[in-house]
Amino acid sequence: MSSPKGSSAAEAALEPGQSREATDYDKASPQKLVIGLVGMAVTVWLLVNAFLAFSLYPELFLDSRIVIGIVALIIGVGGAALFFFFLNMFVEGLPGRASRGAMPYAYVLPAFGFIGLMLIYPTIQTINYSFANADSDAYVGFQNYKDIFGDEAFRSSIFNNILWLLVVPAITVAFGTVVAVLGDKLGAQAEKISKSTIFLPMAISFVGASAIWGLVYAYDNPGANQTGLLNAIWTAFGGEPQTWLQISDFRLNSFLLMVILIWLQVGFAMILLSSAIKGVPEDTIEAARIDGASEWQIFWRVVIPQVKGTMITVFITVTILVLKVFDIVYVTTNGRFNSNVIANLFFNELFAARQAGRASAIVVILLLAVTPILIYQVRHFRNEEANA
Amino acid sequence: MTYQAAANAPKGGDEKMPDPMSGPKDTSKRSWVAIIVMLILCILWTIPTLGLLVTSFRSRDDIVNSGWWTAVFNPFGTGWTLDNYDRMFAGTAMDTAFVNSIVVAIPATIIPIMFAAFAAYAFTFMDFRGKDLLFVAIVAVMVVPLQVALQPMLNFLGPRGLGISGDYLSVWLMHTGFGMPLAIYVLRNYMSTLPRTVIESAKIDGATHFQTFWKLIVPMSVPALAAFAILQFLWVWNDLLIAKLFLSRANTTVIVELQTLLGTQGQGKELLTAGAFISMLVPMIVFFTLQRYFVRGLTAGAVKG
Repeated sequence: MSSPKGSSAAEAALEPGQSREATDYDKASPQKLVIGLVGMAVTVWLLVNAFLAFSLYPELFLDSRIVIGIVALIIGVGGAALFFFFLNMFVEGLPGRASRGAMPYAYVLPAFGFIGLMLIYPTIQTINYSFANADSDAYVGFQNYKDIFGDEAFRSSIFNNILWLLVVPAITVAFGTVVAVLGDKLGAQAEKISKSTIFLPMAISFVGASAIWGLVYAYDNPGANQTGLLNAIWTAFGGEPQTWLQISDFRLNSFLLMVILIWLQVGFAMILLSSAIKGVPEDTIEAARIDGASEWQIFWRVVIPQVKGTMITVFITVTILVLKVFDIVYVTTNGRFNSNVIANLFFNELFAARQAGRASAIVVILLLAVTPILIYQVRHFRNEEANA
Repeated sequence: MTYQAAANAPKGGDEKMPDPMSGPKDTSKRSWVAIIVMLILCILWTIPTLGLLVTSFRSRDDIVNSGWWTAVFNPFGTGWTLDNYDRMFAGTAMDTAFVNSIVVAIPATIIPIMFAAFAAYAFTFMDFRGKDLLFVAIVAVMVVPLQVALQPMLNFLGPRGLGISGDYLSVWLMHTGFGMPLAIYVLRNYMSTLPRTVIESAKIDGATHFQTFWKLIVPMSVPALAAFAILQFLWVWNDLLIAKLFLSRANTTVIVELQTLLGTQGQGKELLTAGAFISMLVPMIVFFTLQRYFVRGLTAGAVKG
């Protein structure tokens, strides 16, 4: 495309567009440079001041949240557009070669500014904090790591997280596949309705889902009418009402919390798997059928191998989600009754116990846990690009 | 973010992709087993939400004394009431929180898109040194758990730093940063399926990159832009962690309000169901009206065609 090239006659003949571009920008345009630079500076200055004014002088915006929101939207989007306009003008003003060389960076670097500030810098800083004390003002070596690994609560959380990891991604993918396959065997209208029904929880927050399932797991004293669905069924079969989320035998409460996440995520798995299954070429299935394969064999030997890539994708997505699972545990048990997980433990260390050092060490462990996935993703991406 | 890995899947042309909600039909494939199993699954999937909805319209006494299903089996013997909704808006900060949620979610959805679109354009249609390395960095940071950012960002945005923690601005910034890798990834995947000839001919006509971007690429990328917008909106609206940590009490969102309600015991507990339903209303509307785009967004470039 527009890699920096000289504008030799031979190339100009081959690529007319290139030559046009080259003649346009061959010389620096001081006018564009100055306007671009001043424009960028003014835009940034205005943006910063406007956004600061929201918090410092809300009366300017009639003290109305809605006015602030609308103004923020307009100047946020408009300001970003204006910034790119002036940035582009500035780069176009550079002499030809420099202009073409700098243009890609002008487009990419603003986005990377955000990524650097919000993701890369904090990652390094968190690793740094994990070797410091509770107020992050003196280094303590590996003390935080010794502390957390010596802590029973941490080991219990790790154990629970491993349970979550073993159960949730696998069951989500399995359910997603079942729904995708069976939905394919319904009438068009029935398929649409049933899939929408199972997909719907995707729009619900973890907190909302916990409220919904709180009604299912609710407890009333023995003898009283049970208002929780699970206890109503349980007592109908002659059982005593149970405080379900407090039962840590065999980590039952953790499994009940996993149900919430599975309920939320099956729709997502179903959508991806469904479009993969529908994408399996009909002739491969026909060929197997002619060879006398049963539907069951076709499913396992023809369909599954062709959608394996998608299954892995869904599995990894849910795995990453499970590693970070926080909201559900936080609002239901807050980690009591042996149901804690790393992300919730982190939250409590950071904000209840105010132990920034230990909390950071916990996040570093989390970071280490996602590293194999990260490496896999990057390698997978590289392969895809090489094949494209 | 939740769906980041999904974006890093085998990619294929969008136009070849069958609609995953219902594909071409071969009626001979219908089976009774499928119908029965799907029916059971649908009922299982609906019951919890139905329970919440029904409960939110029952009086406090009814909620305490009998299960919500009694109201379903005996709809005319039940005293249906809007009392919970009335009292929730009067007694809690839910109405302000509702406005806050909208004020937080819309800018936090739209602003990252602009930055991401420019970056995605450069990654798709320009060659430059370090391109591969930068893009691999994006693939990598998509996996980084956002927990890493909390303590450093609280220091950076809080009183020790810029002093904007508690304001909308801090949350807009946070969501812009966290949404950026996925946005660039999704948009770049989509843009790479656009026909190159169109861009080449624009270049021959003397269009600059800036003109090509605005006049050709942005209009052609609307499906991917909309899809990402829906994902990001649902994510921001439903977020608890960032809103809880970076918004002051007065600026807080419905999800944080709901979490507070969940913590209350006894008195006021019946308001919870109404609160939960209110918090689900906007994402549900977005979800139902824009489901097509949403599904496409999840599958676009994520599944081999």
